[in-house]
Amino acid sequence: MSLPSWLTPELIYTLIQVAEACVILVGLVLTSAWMIWLERRLLGLWQDRHGPNRVGPFGLGQVIADMIKIFFKEDWTPSFVDRAIFWLAPAIAMSTMLLGFMLVPITPWIGVSDLNIALLFFLALCGLAVYAVMLGGWASNNKYALLGGLRSSAQMITYEVFMGLSLMGVVMIAGSFSLVDIVTSQQQGMWNIGPQFLGFVTFLLAGFATVHRAPFDLPEAEQELADGYHVEYSSMKFGMFFVGEYVGIVLVSAMIVVLFFGGWDVPFVDNEGPVLALFSFVAKCFIFMSSFILMRASLPRPRYDHMMSAGWKVCLPMTLVNVVVTGIVILVNQSGAA
Amino acid sequence: MLIAFYLFGFVAVLSTILVIVNPNPVHGLMYLVASLLAVACVFYTLGAPFAAALEVIVYAGAIMVLFVFVVMMLNVGEVITQIEQSWLKPSVWVGPGILCALLLFPLMRLMLGGEMTPAGGTEVGPKAVGVSLYGPYLLAVELASMMLTAGLVAAYHLGKQD
Repeated sequence: MSLPSWLTPELIYTLIQVAEACVILVGLVLTSAWMIWLERRLLGLWQDRHGPNRVGPFGLGQVIADMIKIFFKEDWTPSFVDRAIFWLAPAIAMSTMLLGFMLVPITPWIGVSDLNIALLFFLALCGLAVYAVMLGGWASNNKYALLGGLRSSAQMITYEVFMGLSLMGVVMIAGSFSLVDIVTSQQQGMWNIGPQFLGFVTFLLAGFATVHRAPFDLPEAEQELADGYHVEYSSMKFGMFFVGEYVGIVLVSAMIVVLFFGGWDVPFVDNEGPVLALFSFVAKCFIFMSSFILMRASLPRPRYDHMMSAGWKVCLPMTLVNVVVTGIVILVNQSGAA
Repeated sequence: MLIAFYLFGFVAVLSTILVIVNPNPVHGLMYLVASLLAVACVFYTLGAPFAAALEVIVYAGAIMVLFVFVVMMLNVGEVITQIEQSWLKPSVWVGPGILCALLLFPLMRLMLGGEMTPAGGTEVGPKAVGVSLYGPYLLAVELASMMLTAGLVAAYHLGKQD
């Protein structure tokens, strides 16, 4: 049986790639949605109560019930908002974070694309994600929402500056912006968490600030700002902000795993098969996703000016020191080897 | 790639025109962001992915965020939109229109008659950019860094409370 002439190998390859990307996308959204359940159960565990445990086994059906409910809510746009931008903001929140997952090499066999500027692409997406919160806050035409938007833009500019710098040590060690190269270099040497501990700490803080999760959830501080930038949103538009935040958590966890914890690498195992690699990546991601929740459960929110000055006066110099020291060490090693 | 280049170029020009025409400052800034993203895509089609990424990080992600931040702080309302609308009278367009037409004439002549130089023959990756920045253009990098330090010192001085 011969294939029809229009079915070229390129087309088949493209279709397989598209299907793979779709599977990753759906998997990501489902993971993020079920993270809401995970968060509520874990918070319940740590606060000595049950959490949602009624719908389905272990309460797993709670997310489905919530989604059905939020889909059927009236999608109400207040009359005083700036309509176009009000509708644009949740789309930006969701899409920038979803796009980021395109870069993540889950295993050598699963991953959408391996750009040679992958890390810069990630930083660019983080930069664009600010617009969701800012525009949502501005378009709502509500002073609490506007304050939330203003806070978040100042916070995210501050933390983006050293987020880029904190990753430069990793880039220096790998000699590339490509995430696959970064993971491969960690397989050959050691995981970046050792030599790049400062980079890891600052990137972790910047990651929390970028997805504005507790303790850095000042844009939406309930006690002061009602709910910040999404106070006027209802139904699925609110749902997109909400799920977008969890997609952000999964993305930042995946980036931490790829950049500092060796991606799919398993220590002392030379050739991980597809199953072991996938399991290793997912397990590491799960640990970091849970630690995001543990942070929320355990740490109080800092005061706004404290957070800003910590960003500029502590984290930024720390990343600069890290870049300089890493550079010196690499140069010394090179001249020693030559 | 050629179709993509022209498409992104068209989007960039159109959104830049909309920046000027739009009376609402925030909407105008959003068109400017769209224009910058389109320019980044143009860079990418020309084989400069590093420049494209920097365009998004620096311009769309940082500088435009500051612009939007300031506009949000000023909290301009309907009044400003009306004032801007009154500035966009048809008579205002005559001068810039003539000047643009003057620019268009030599450009058309070059495009139709002159020799074309191909762009984007090779892909310029991050490493190539770094090597040329710290090789032949080292002086420019140093001068730019000094200028930025001067700006930092000046900003510190202006922001000092005493």
